[in-house]
Amino acid sequence: MSARRSRFRHANLRVGAVLVALVVGLALLSFVWTPYPPSELDIPHKLRPPSAAHWLGTDSLGRDIVSLLIAGSRVSIAVGVIAVGIGVVVGVVLGLVAAVRRGWVEELVMRLSDFTFAFPALLSAIMLTAIYGPGLVTSIVAIGIFNIPVFARITRASALVVRAREFVTAARALGKSEWRITIEHVLPNIAAILIVQATIQFALAILAEAALSYLGLGTQPPTPSWGRMLNEAQQQLFQAPQLAVYPGVAIALTVLGLNLLGDGLRDVFDPRLVRRELRAQPVAS
Amino acid sequence: MPHHKKHRRCAGARAISFFLFKRFASLLLTLLAASVVVFTVLDVLPGNAAEVMLGESATAESVAALSARLGLDRPPLVRYLDWAKGLATGELGTSIAYDTPIAQLVGERLVVTVPLALMAMALTTALAFTLGLFAAARHGSAGDVGVMSASQVGIALPNFWFAILLIWLFAVKLRWFSAGGFPGWSAADGGGAGPALRALVLPALALAVVQAAILARIVRSAVLDVLREDFVRTARAKGQSPRGVLWGHVLRNAMVPVLTIMGLQFANLLTGTVVIEQVFSLPGLGRLVFQAIANRDLPVVRNVVMLLAAMVVVINFIVDVLYVVIDPRLRTRGRTT
Repeated sequence: MSARRSRFRHANLRVGAVLVALVVGLALLSFVWTPYPPSELDIPHKLRPPSAAHWLGTDSLGRDIVSLLIAGSRVSIAVGVIAVGIGVVVGVVLGLVAAVRRGWVEELVMRLSDFTFAFPALLSAIMLTAIYGPGLVTSIVAIGIFNIPVFARITRASALVVRAREFVTAARALGKSEWRITIEHVLPNIAAILIVQATIQFALAILAEAALSYLGLGTQPPTPSWGRMLNEAQQQLFQAPQLAVYPGVAIALTVLGLNLLGDGLRDVFDPRLVRRELRAQPVAS
Repeated sequence: MPHHKKHRRCAGARAISFFLFKRFASLLLTLLAASVVVFTVLDVLPGNAAEVMLGESATAESVAALSARLGLDRPPLVRYLDWAKGLATGELGTSIAYDTPIAQLVGERLVVTVPLALMAMALTTALAFTLGLFAAARHGSAGDVGVMSASQVGIALPNFWFAILLIWLFAVKLRWFSAGGFPGWSAADGGGAGPALRALVLPALALAVVQAAILARIVRSAVLDVLREDFVRTARAKGQSPRGVLWGHVLRNAMVPVLTIMGLQFANLLTGTVVIEQVFSLPGLGRLVFQAIANRDLPVVRNVVMLLAAMVVVINFIVDVLYVVIDPRLRTRGRTT
């Protein structure tokens, strides 16, 4: 890789890291400070243009847009962290069990993973909402369920590659148990791939959460969320089209940041070797 | 034909048949499992589905009446078998809210959702192949970097937001299209093929742009991978025209990874239509299911969710079968899996 290209790639990482740090920083800031209380209604000052008092203006209920955006980042980040967390914890355990036990356990885990792909987050959310009603928990569970097979598959495939390496054979020859080898040798060696995948899934989770909130299946009022802001903005599209711009830009920048961070991390960790070996494997499942 | 070639072809045909049989059996099993999950979540888990549908304020008499009407007093297994039989025969029961056969409701909505998804997929493919091939042909140039940067931004866009922006530009500002609604396919109802297709243009574009951004990157990298292969160099050395090499060798070989993503994308598009139909107020499956949720019409929710899940599963099946058609190497692999 040329020096110029390498610099360009690290630029991806830097831009991504800055964008993600900014959003996470705003989400943390929202716990202690927002310019105005985000749910405070001020009908006499509704649909105001940007000013010194309200940097991005106010919405149809007079709420301060900047405060809503800052508070909305909290929901996006929280849903992303928890939903991807569910996927990582359950998926990695299942993937490792499949890679270690092989046989019918592996077959069962892989078939279950295939099967779960039949239920995109939206379908799970529709089913859960029909029974338990809409809400934050519904979106977290729906997005989390969809993340499980993603991590189960990637963990199993990467773990199989690592388990075929000489140092694992050496550890086995030293009498270490399979589970100890998995924890001490396999997991650290697949961590980089998992971190990159988690970053990408985080971006997808934020898009999914925004869509579910837009549809009214996710976060409910008065909790501010970017998806709901877009739903409300659409109703004011003729009078105040700018309201539809800000939350969309916030979502797009966050997702762009996470995608760039994922690409950048992939280059830094360079798991290409493992990926190349994965591709060379005769049958993936 | 030499004997060994004939023998190899027979073995190949056997491998394909075995692969197709195995894949078809797995399709049926997945559909069966999906129906069990949908039924369990929407019929068994709620305890008494009639209570969920009528809400907390319902009287015991009304719950009992609805339970009897829906046959909820029968054991779950009997109810499941009854529903599964209905799925196979198209007898999906009656909607509680509309008092109309569910099959009829679904049929009326499918004529919006399916054309929208197909139109979006066609647009996605056209956009992605144009951009992907353009970028691959100019690998490393400003055009390539431009396409890649634009696609990076495209991937980050929420499709429903892009849809709102399209409405603002083309419906509010330019007034070229309506902001939503669907006139219907029949001229007798005040619609027709022209107006109906016109109503689907912006929704299809909103769905396609984001998916095309993803697919263009896959097309580009798949084409670049194949361009580095020896057989491409050989074809060039034999004096085949660049166009002939592209269509005869490169695209065919690049299609395997591209098809994988297209299959996943079509499934994404189907669920994406559910969201985009809300943005444009299109009377498709998405709106049907959301109205059903609002009306607590669980039989409709159950059937629509099952239909969408089945579509996703069937699309994946079709993609797997197409692999075998496109990549002969997978035919022999079919024997070992």
